[in-house]
Amino acid sequence: MKTISLKDAVALIPDGASLMIGGFMAVGTPERLVDELVRQGKRDLTIIANDTAMPGRGIGKLVSAGLLSRTIASHIGLNPETQQQMIDGKMAVDLVPQGTLIERIRAGGFGLGGILTPTGVGTVVEEGKQRLEVDGKSYLLETALRADFALVHAFLADYLGNLSYALTARNFNPVIAMAADTVIVTADHIVPVGVIAPDHVVTPAPVVDYLVANE
Amino acid sequence: MDAQTVIAKRIARELRSGMLVNLGIGIPTLVANYVPEGTSVFFQSENGLIGTGPIPEEGMAHPTLTDAAGHPVSALPGASTFDSAMSFGLIRGGHLDMTVLGGLQVDAKGRLANWMIPGKMVPGMGGAMDLVSGAKRVVVAMQHTAKGRPKIIKECSLPLTSLRQVDLVVTELAVIAFPGGRATLLETAPGVTANDVVVATDAELVVPQSVPQMQI
Repeated sequence: MKTISLKDAVALIPDGASLMIGGFMAVGTPERLVDELVRQGKRDLTIIANDTAMPGRGIGKLVSAGLLSRTIASHIGLNPETQQQMIDGKMAVDLVPQGTLIERIRAGGFGLGGILTPTGVGTVVEEGKQRLEVDGKSYLLETALRADFALVHAFLADYLGNLSYALTARNFNPVIAMAADTVIVTADHIVPVGVIAPDHVVTPAPVVDYLVANE
Repeated sequence: MDAQTVIAKRIARELRSGMLVNLGIGIPTLVANYVPEGTSVFFQSENGLIGTGPIPEEGMAHPTLTDAAGHPVSALPGASTFDSAMSFGLIRGGHLDMTVLGGLQVDAKGRLANWMIPGKMVPGMGGAMDLVSGAKRVVVAMQHTAKGRPKIIKECSLPLTSLRQVDLVVTELAVIAFPGGRATLLETAPGVTANDVVVATDAELVVPQSVPQMQI
């Protein structure tokens, strides 16, 4: 794990990269990284996240700035700009049931090729997918997802990169931290090693690549 | 009493102590206002919280304690928080006793469409497909008609949320269940006759000889 400045962290991300971004309606989204992506004007990004928040918050800022060419999410209903860009053909949007999306990411981070879920059997979600019967029950084969980068926001990070999260700001963060080639973390508080008790570490330090320095 | 209150109060009577319950946005959220006295349930918010409490008092909100719409909530004693994989493990894994969701259409066999109107509204399914596929009991809270047109119809014209048959539909006119895969009138709202419900429904409805009045 290396500590890094905000500017240098975002400079690692090339145009066209795929990013998993934590947060649920912008709660638990690394806002500083999002703002810096906009400032550096990254282009043609693919994002994998629960939702696209709303204009002016979290991932909504990336949508408004026109930085995204593809979004994989479970919900875009509270961001009319995402829907408009999808209708205008400026951005491809893949809608995935929320429980399936998080499990596909978990599979990607846990070394699995995919998961079997009953969710979506017999609906439009099944189109183009394999249906498998196991013990008489139908499941869809949903393949694993990984990304080039995970942008994670934690509540506490210690100097080694151990992470803990706050309340409902946890959501996708610890799961995406396992599923990307490069994991970049911002934290509300950077604290000495030992402040987070071993039992309270949710994301262990070795999975974190870069911890963004606080200002 | 307005339609939404009738629906929310009736659904609240389905709650039992110790249940883990997920309430969707809209009318379902109102159910939390009518939990019967002496009944203690756990409300789950799919963004990662069990023990969701009421909207906090002025000055007591926290930016990282929110519901699935991102609005501030409080947490009750005994609350717990977890990541999204755990949250949907609870939902799909048979741990969620009841889910209450809104509906756009329900067909004669009790199948629900509630997540998109092609060409008009494509918000994404969020957690709805997992909730309907995975909860032990699925209750639909919706008005009986939309702009005068029945929402309980022979076949859903909108994309289904799940093939799974819902357990109960509660509207401002009636309570309907689907025993044996057939829409059956269980209760009518005060001042509503069985015939009123039949007229407002565009699917075959089994009407027993005696239909009790909804207790709210």
